[in-house]
Amino acid sequence: MIPLKWTRRREQYLSERKQWFDELMKAGRSLSGRRKFLKMAAMAAGAAAGAGFVPHSFTLVDVANAAGPAEGPAAAPPFTFAYISDSHLYEKTLNERFVRQLQRAIDDVNALDPQPDFVLYGGDLAQLGQPGELKLGQQMLKQLKAPVRMMVGEHDWFLDMGDLWKELFGAPYYSFDHKGVHFVTLMSVNEKDFWTEKKLTPMQRMQIVAGLDDGRQSRFEVGEEGREWLKRDLAKVPRTTPLIIFSHSPLYKYYRDWNFWTEDAEEVQAILRPYNSVTVIHGHTHQVLTNRIGNIHFHGMLSTAWPWPYAPSGLPRLTVQMNRPDPFNQTDGMGDGLVRVKRTGYVDKEYHLWNRNPMIVTEEYLASNGVESVPPKTLLPAY
Amino acid sequence: MRKREQVKAGLLVVFMASGLFFYRGAEAQDGPKHRPAPGDGKSMVVQLCDGETNLTVPGVRPGERLSPEQAQAVSDKLMELWMAKQDPKVAEAWRREASAYQQRQPGAPSPAGQGAKPETAAQEKKEGQQQSTSRGPVIQPKEQVIDFTARDYLIWDRELSREIAYGDKIFHDDKLIGSTNGVACAMCHPNAANTHPETYPKFQVQLRKVALLRDMINWCIENPSRGKRLDPDDPKMRALEAYIMAQRKGVPMEYGKH
Repeated sequence: MIPLKWTRRREQYLSERKQWFDELMKAGRSLSGRRKFLKMAAMAAGAAAGAGFVPHSFTLVDVANAAGPAEGPAAAPPFTFAYISDSHLYEKTLNERFVRQLQRAIDDVNALDPQPDFVLYGGDLAQLGQPGELKLGQQMLKQLKAPVRMMVGEHDWFLDMGDLWKELFGAPYYSFDHKGVHFVTLMSVNEKDFWTEKKLTPMQRMQIVAGLDDGRQSRFEVGEEGREWLKRDLAKVPRTTPLIIFSHSPLYKYYRDWNFWTEDAEEVQAILRPYNSVTVIHGHTHQVLTNRIGNIHFHGMLSTAWPWPYAPSGLPRLTVQMNRPDPFNQTDGMGDGLVRVKRTGYVDKEYHLWNRNPMIVTEEYLASNGVESVPPKTLLPAY
Repeated sequence: MRKREQVKAGLLVVFMASGLFFYRGAEAQDGPKHRPAPGDGKSMVVQLCDGETNLTVPGVRPGERLSPEQAQAVSDKLMELWMAKQDPKVAEAWRREASAYQQRQPGAPSPAGQGAKPETAAQEKKEGQQQSTSRGPVIQPKEQVIDFTARDYLIWDRELSREIAYGDKIFHDDKLIGSTNGVACAMCHPNAANTHPETYPKFQVQLRKVALLRDMINWCIENPSRGKRLDPDDPKMRALEAYIMAQRKGVPMEYGKH
């Protein structure tokens, strides 16, 4: 999917690439903007010529100034965004711990230097969709120095079917462009009506959805309306533009009983398939979770409230499990993280696990189908 | 017929003995504590083992011994009263089971379908000849006779399911475990995942002892859920253990695993 057309030996290629990136790193610290681009391109050419190589696969392409869509890998400048997800806030008087943990993530992100371009909030800000919970979360997230992009989760939605969330945070699905990448936030936690016939109150409905293993609810779906909107939104986006999709549920089928699942995942994937580079960042699963289906790379997010166990079946082959959380370590298996968007539009996904070494799932790991850059394996896998 | 009467008298003794057992065991035993109707103090009151159905025996003083005929009559009457309270289908099933049970007492002929015991005099004779000569194949029943009937299986399953269902309910409800911060067991352990009951007992440094599943349940109740620990014999603790273990059926025991 990344059409690297080299004819020389791999070792040569790697040494050439390393030199190229070293130069880029040096140049990047002292320059900016268009001037930086020209300077780096010149340096790269010089470096390559000095090594006796002809620059080719990683020749810098200036997308902003190129005439028409570029051939080969898309070329977005690298940047980062941070994420915080699944805080499941109760009101502070009931549960002060979840509040403290979200605060820890906010402090983590505010301490990042350099600051990320923006922060994705991955959904499930509230535990039971209560006004007190959502408004508390909104107030807390205002402390973030970087701009915040909000996503909705099922815990935010099913008390009033999103009324208050929309009032506080805006549309549940939207798109935006940032540094050559087209970002799309989906609303993937719609459920078919299971409440009207049973005459459930809004709170009963909310509590059923809030029970991960509560089989009385329906399966998550983007739904026809969302898919049609996605098609319309992407109609104007060239196939070479990298896409990064935010969805609360994983946009594939991992474990049905816990809604680690999107019922119409295949249909959504089909809409994304024509694009060269697609990354899905999702919440809901509260664990290090990695998958790749064709051109689409999938990364889960950590929760600030509690970790979920790995499901008894369906775990994607490419997932390297995080350590089984230690119950005596109060915030184990939780955290926040950073997404480093690479030039291809694919990402290195960092899981900043509290009290543990961070785990990094690289673009290279997924591009090589799990052969290269393998994250360290756990000695404490799920039972 | 004589045998049948003996069996019935035996059943009655069981009824009466279990009644006594419930009175005397009230302090030491778990389970329902039956309190028979007080009666007028002049006549004997016999209670059925359901703890609800009482029968006053006129003309017999409390503590007196019933004749076998009286006991049989009391037994029959009590069962009649009990049957009248049951769903007709249940009553009918019970009659069938009771009749099958009586037929399979030691010495009684095996009911149809319970192995290949000889049923005719000719067969008995033939088998006797074979044994006496120790020659030729011995005809064996396919299965040994057991005392469990479909009703036993039904009861076991129903009672166990009830216990597990109660555990399931507690496991998913923060209030029922006495949580003060809204945290329920299932919030971290959907379907009791990652509770690994098969790994206990194991030494847990943080608890400074060899931990059993109940110790970890109590640890979770006290810490993440900020509740009060349960007595190890608390019905809620027993139900929680039942539910958690039921989710791991078939998983090999691996005590001591961390």
